[in-house]
Amino acid sequence: MARFLAWRLAQSLVVLALMSAVIYGLIGLMPGDPIDLALSADPRLTPEDIARLRALYGLDEPWFQRYLAWLGQAMQGEFGYSRLFAAPVLSALAEPLGRTLLLMGGSFLVALLVGLPAGIIAGARPQSRLDYIINFICFAGVAMPAFWLALLLILLFAVTLQWFPASAVALEPGLGPQLYHLALPVLTLGLLQTGGITRYMRAAMREALAADHIRTARAKGLGEFSVIWGHAFRNALIPVVSILALDVGGLFSGALIVEMMFGYPGMGKLLFDAVMGNDYNLALVALLFGTGVTLAANLAADSAYAAIDPRVTFGGLEDA
Amino acid sequence: MSPTARAWQRFRRHRFGLAGLMVLVLMTAACLSAGWLAAAMGQDAEAVDLFGQFGTPSAAHPLGQDELGRDVMLRLLQGGQVSLSVALAAALGAATIGTAIGLAAGYLGGWLDALLMRLVDSVIALPLLPLLIVLAAIDPAKLGLGQLAEDQGFGLARIVIIVALVGWTTPARLVRGATLAARAQGYVLAARALGAAPIMIALRHILPNVSGPLIVATTLAMGQVILFESALSFLGLGIQPPTPSWGNMLTGAQELIWQAPMLAVYPGLAIFLTVIAVNFLGDALQDALAPRASERVPL
Repeated sequence: MARFLAWRLAQSLVVLALMSAVIYGLIGLMPGDPIDLALSADPRLTPEDIARLRALYGLDEPWFQRYLAWLGQAMQGEFGYSRLFAAPVLSALAEPLGRTLLLMGGSFLVALLVGLPAGIIAGARPQSRLDYIINFICFAGVAMPAFWLALLLILLFAVTLQWFPASAVALEPGLGPQLYHLALPVLTLGLLQTGGITRYMRAAMREALAADHIRTARAKGLGEFSVIWGHAFRNALIPVVSILALDVGGLFSGALIVEMMFGYPGMGKLLFDAVMGNDYNLALVALLFGTGVTLAANLAADSAYAAIDPRVTFGGLEDA
Repeated sequence: MSPTARAWQRFRRHRFGLAGLMVLVLMTAACLSAGWLAAAMGQDAEAVDLFGQFGTPSAAHPLGQDELGRDVMLRLLQGGQVSLSVALAAALGAATIGTAIGLAAGYLGGWLDALLMRLVDSVIALPLLPLLIVLAAIDPAKLGLGQLAEDQGFGLARIVIIVALVGWTTPARLVRGATLAARAQGYVLAARALGAAPIMIALRHILPNVSGPLIVATTLAMGQVILFESALSFLGLGIQPPTPSWGNMLTGAQELIWQAPMLAVYPGLAIFLTVIAVNFLGDALQDALAPRASERVPL
């Protein structure tokens, strides 16, 4: 077990290191560089000044050398300053990260509350009318563009019914108004996740219900309710947990769209603004942070899966 | 009965797959006829008519007019031409990358297989939209493509490449699986015994035999690719106005939602219908061309 965890941890770190190099390279390919920004702020800079500044900050060095220098600083917890926030990158990230986690957590809860029961019902009665309807809705959910779902929900709940506000930020202080304003964003992101969760749960439920111990439970006269909830559901949950963690990347992408649509200042909107506003340091760390959180979620799910299910092998690459 | 006839028979049982195919054919035909339709109606999709701002549906404008008084229906059809061709090109690009990787992993096996499949797992787990945003913000001049960037078609080619770069994982997985199965067949052993080079075996003997899963993978990739392209265009990073696309037609819709709610509905509905039709088609093709042992979702 310990060997398996160490192996997966090492793998995740390698992926993260590779991604940091790739992302660093990509950010370097964005238009302009810090000296161009300095030049636009002070047009009196001469070409000699610019060359001197580039040499001073090492911007004339090749890409990989600059990456290594950045990595050395990053290892010491030094990620530089954000241009847009005029603050160290990490302190600019803290609040948006908290907001995004709140949004993602809330919508994940919505998705679980709707998706798990729907998947269980569909899985317990395969090929029934209800199963068809639930499957059709899932197909529709997977094909739904995130921004369009947000537009439709705004149209229905904010414009027509006027039940909820279309902006995610409450002007009044206090928890109540804040949660009220978060209702539509959380609903949007939650519904986006529901289709996937339902389909996983349905498949896992079908498999769990086909097992021998279920037949035994039915044979000894147990009611359908306790067969499904007491025996099958708990076994079906194991594979679902590990698949759900793979969706964290998708949840992040969805959160970005939802934050843009509802003007919610979280990580996704921050990343978008950083890319658009040439805030290289912030864009780099925000993207790397998103990747790191996703990898950590996968690692946690793998470990949980291995801990719960003794059949998982703890081998090397063969376990793929 | 020939394999094709048998596949068609399996496909036909899929009511939703057939419906998806019909929706796609109708949608493509309608989009392709945009130019002809505009001429027949004596209108121009680009023509601005500020007196007709937010015009309600009428005989001249069946779906009304947008914030610049342009005909919404003609713009939808023209946007469809752009969105569908970009999606098709990107799906084919993604399928090509995925096939190369899937064939290499499945046929050569060993540590290369393990490495490539880890790569696939990692890419699937990444937050793809943030990555796409950074990719879309890249300055072509820094890649030494400054000259090319002046070209008209560059914007379209660029979005095709970016989306293909993240869409290849599904094809890679499906092709690898099919390659593993094909590799164990007698004809591959025979070809190897005759001394055929691995690359020849992979391209001449295995590739034709994994075409079923490949078609399925390309179809499924197309649905994913349409969603990515529309999201990027919606955010203003994909297809640039004045070229209409279903994604960028929705860019301003949120601000106008009080005056013209229907402008927020039509382009999204077009994306939604296309993606759901593509997914149903992919599901039916999966059954027809690459029947799985496991029980499928009933639709």
